[in-house]
Amino acid sequence: MHTFLQLAVNGLGKGAVYALLALGFVIIFKATEVINFAHGSLVLFGGYLVVVTRESLGWLGASLVGVAGAGLLAVVVERLLLSRTKLADPNSLALLTIGVDVIVAEEIVRRLGVGVPFLGEAWDAKPIQVGGITLFRTHLVAMAVAAVLITAFYLAFKFSNWGVAMRAQAENREAAALMGIRSRQVTMTAWLVAGLLAGVAVLFLATQDFSGAGLSRGTHSIALAAFPAAILGGLDSTVGAIVGGLIVGLVEALSAQYISFDFSKSAVFLVMLLVLVVRPSGLFGTRESTRV
Amino acid sequence: MRATVAGATANAPAKPLRWLRWSAWLVLLVVLLALPLYVGSEWLKAGQWMMTGAVGAIGLTMLVGQAGQLSLAHAFFLLAGGTTYTVLASGTEDGRVVGFGVDPLLALLAAVAVTALLGLAFAPVSGRLRGIYLGVASLSLVFIGLYFGQSADRLTGGTSTGRTPAPFALFGFTFDNSGSLVVLGVPLRQAERLWYLYLALTVIAFVLARGAVRSRVGRSWRAVRDHEASAAAMGVNVAWAKAGAFAVSSAYAGLAGVMTVLWFDILKPDENEFGTYGINVSIAYLAMVIIGGLGSIGGALVGALIVFGLPQVLSLYSNQLGIFTGSGAGAVTPILVSTFVYGAAIILVVLFEPGGLAAIGRRITGGLHAQRKKEGTSR
Repeated sequence: MHTFLQLAVNGLGKGAVYALLALGFVIIFKATEVINFAHGSLVLFGGYLVVVTRESLGWLGASLVGVAGAGLLAVVVERLLLSRTKLADPNSLALLTIGVDVIVAEEIVRRLGVGVPFLGEAWDAKPIQVGGITLFRTHLVAMAVAAVLITAFYLAFKFSNWGVAMRAQAENREAAALMGIRSRQVTMTAWLVAGLLAGVAVLFLATQDFSGAGLSRGTHSIALAAFPAAILGGLDSTVGAIVGGLIVGLVEALSAQYISFDFSKSAVFLVMLLVLVVRPSGLFGTRESTRV
Repeated sequence: MRATVAGATANAPAKPLRWLRWSAWLVLLVVLLALPLYVGSEWLKAGQWMMTGAVGAIGLTMLVGQAGQLSLAHAFFLLAGGTTYTVLASGTEDGRVVGFGVDPLLALLAAVAVTALLGLAFAPVSGRLRGIYLGVASLSLVFIGLYFGQSADRLTGGTSTGRTPAPFALFGFTFDNSGSLVVLGVPLRQAERLWYLYLALTVIAFVLARGAVRSRVGRSWRAVRDHEASAAAMGVNVAWAKAGAFAVSSAYAGLAGVMTVLWFDILKPDENEFGTYGINVSIAYLAMVIIGGLGSIGGALVGALIVFGLPQVLSLYSNQLGIFTGSGAGAVTPILVSTFVYGAAIILVVLFEPGGLAAIGRRITGGLHAQRKKEGTSR
């Protein structure tokens, strides 16, 4: 029971980070129906900026630069590439993001070389004991940050003008445009927000507490685990992203302990498969209906 | 995927054009057959790798382009095919791993059959999901393959050492350096022999795929891709068409997996998700298919030439080029450069020519051809 509680806490801590990443997928998907395969690159890019700038700016300054940089890269990709192809369907745009991902990830991994720097200096590796359970600071801060950001996003999504525009566009792109919603702006901010979230997530991903390793190609693949999170929650559901993130975190932590560490990566994907077989559009996703 | 697919329907081109095309294929084949007599083994080795890519890409282009099912699972089927061949064909003497000492040709056929069945077994998932959902779902197979490679070391030889596959043999003739065989003064050793084997496999794969695409089967795939409900209304068994496309594509990947293992002369499963059977490989195959033009069999060949050929050719030229002088961390390697090239090629194709190189090729070769296509047979 004690081990289980410990694992559950760890899993939720990781899950919070996955939720941030999954939310990024979902926001972009809602605004544009594009799956962003380059999300892992945004993560790497943000982390790389932190590594490069922290000598001169200190941890906090570098982190801000990293987060902003990831957001900026997302906007650049959207403006420079995706917005140019109005006629292409979302699926081929998703393929385009694969091209972006391949280039950005490869270049950053090359630049990192053999160095595997840790990023979360402010909270890394200082566990707190509460009633026999070890709480990792990274996890605690991640949960707090995720809670704040997700709440902020949720409120903005429900009540701000941006949120209304966003929901209108998610509902029906053409109709929203006809009603005077500026789809250009909505799309751009969606990518910006997703990029910022990816930039925040990497500050937790590349830490000892989270993965035991710093920023490397492995970080990119950890970001891939947010894919199942977004998909099993349902790609067009923000609640789904959060639930999906937590499920992925828990599944990973529990399977690593009770089955084997090697298996934990596959376990996440297997759970996703199971969910998809039962509910093809995820737990909270909207079902597609066929019109003939 | 619908809007990106260029017309891959098979129309009979005008008579003189068809004649021209046949002679072009014939010339190409003769050149490829004569090549081992003129070029060194390192070039043959590069060519074999391109043909390995071509076989896999043909399979994937049928699935993604013709049947409209996005798959990132190709690397898994490569591993499955390679492992099946190795386990069956290897001798029984090594106690560390399982081997059955089956005839290599049978082992190869079994590898194709096993991967086809694995593809069929994925039907409950592939039949229910569409587009990106299917893409990410199929990604899970790559992770399962990773775990399989790590844990089933009695079969795969384990991630640290791997295991050596038995050399391919056909009716007692082995495709390695044994014996002496001289044609026109050129000794045919492993590189030359495997070249002919790979060429034969690629030609068979190509011809069968063209046949499938042009037949009733291909029509049903395209019908399902374009509109499932109306395909069903027209009497296509949607579930079977989808499962069949996945099985056929997997079988091709299985064959490419056997070719991969024979090319490396070792079966070595990956330690992480980036390796010979990792996500990057799935993406490289997808890149071939996108660059070539989704659904185009000929395009898949060209895509393989670019994605798998470029790193090989660059590294053969690396000494002369002088740009790959660095080594270790931060070095610019042929693989890095070609990754950039195909990444950029994907972006350019989606932006400017969704039909891929196949569409560009069609535009160049067939003013007349394209005209006919536009008039008569819009789908």
